[in-house]
Amino acid sequence: MFSPLERQWLLEEMGEGPPSRYMEVCGTHTVAIARSGLKKVLPPTVRLISGPGCPVCVTDQQDIDTAIALAHEKGVLLATFGDMARVPGTNGSLAQAKAEGADVRILYSPFEALRLANENPGREAVFLSVGFETTAPLIAAVVKEAARLERRNLSFLILHKLLPPVMKALLGDLPAMAGSDPSLPATRGRPSLDGFLMPGHVCAILGVEPFRFLGERYRLPGVVAGFEADDILLALWMLQRQRRQGRAEMEIAYRRAVREEGNRTAQHLMEEVFQPVEACWRGIGTVPHSGLALRQAYSAYDARIRFPLQVEPAPDPPGCACGEVLRGLLSPPQCPLFGRACTPQSPVGPCMVSSEGSCAASYRYERICR
Amino acid sequence: MCLAIPAKIVERDGADALVEMSGVRQRIRMDLLPAAIVGDYVLLHAGFAIALMNEEEAQETLDLLREIDVLSS
Repeated sequence: MFSPLERQWLLEEMGEGPPSRYMEVCGTHTVAIARSGLKKVLPPTVRLISGPGCPVCVTDQQDIDTAIALAHEKGVLLATFGDMARVPGTNGSLAQAKAEGADVRILYSPFEALRLANENPGREAVFLSVGFETTAPLIAAVVKEAARLERRNLSFLILHKLLPPVMKALLGDLPAMAGSDPSLPATRGRPSLDGFLMPGHVCAILGVEPFRFLGERYRLPGVVAGFEADDILLALWMLQRQRRQGRAEMEIAYRRAVREEGNRTAQHLMEEVFQPVEACWRGIGTVPHSGLALRQAYSAYDARIRFPLQVEPAPDPPGCACGEVLRGLLSPPQCPLFGRACTPQSPVGPCMVSSEGSCAASYRYERICR
Repeated sequence: MCLAIPAKIVERDGADALVEMSGVRQRIRMDLLPAAIVGDYVLLHAGFAIALMNEEEAQETLDLLREIDVLSS
């Protein structure tokens, strides 16, 4: 996209702007930034902080425990996205449940869940669904199709989360969370931020309207970014330009995929199938209207109704600072477990499990070899 | 999780489409982009097209930037 000279010019211009801390909300951005080595070439005035945008990382441990309990139910065939399999619950992960005999399948597309249900008529197929607004409309389409085909042996464990409400919660003063370690340097308060690198594909669905509150209420600029290193560079330059000009607006640096209004068909599908509900985010706590549940018309496909399991609330693993990392209060190497007790090979917290977790990305690409 | 890649539609068939990316062909769902037609570039996420790609608008953003670049140097 840019020539080496243009890149240099963008970086120099950024360097002349005010000292700024920008949060990349999206986990896919976290990986793109780490993999490209972008942080090494950014001027010292621009700092990037990872946010709560890794769906696997923010899935509450109690929800993982529910999924594992479901996988062990007689006749159940549990399907999910690949990243979910290794996340540790209180007693093991879905991958371990599979090793113990549970039928756990990894799907690339949620649409395959329909085929799976069709091919296994005597069994109960359950799709465990995580993800933000990028993924939720796909699931809405699959639920609608399941209802149209009257696929009775398929249900959904919906753990979807919504970004605008959690960004609001991050910017308010959140109380210290139960279970967080008081010996850690930061367990309360909000991250100090000067703007947001906005999640490109969430905005491809939602558009920018639901995020205008960032500028209007908090005077924070946002720029929607694509996922190439140059896309991110352009977005950071635009953020710095807004700050220099004293603006706090929502801009798009990813016009090839994102329109102001987003994808209306996808928004309507989500609206038709889901309703917003209170959701528990790992390390962040309960945030009103930040999760999704199936509407009454689709309750026949709700796994929580079909399998009323009682699962105890689960505390986070001791010493794990995933919560602080997800809220942008600590960087991964500041967690006492990082790279020692917690590595991608034997992860303690979800931020080290998911390839998009900021701990995993930091460990893989940014760790200084000692 | 929010990974999505560009793909070109080579066939449309009801709620499905056949797309091509780097020579690989794949059948995908078009529920979120029902109006897309053969020849369109779409963003593909977990087996579904989620957005129409618009290279022209992207070019405009870059042209604007290059203009600023020229003016300020």
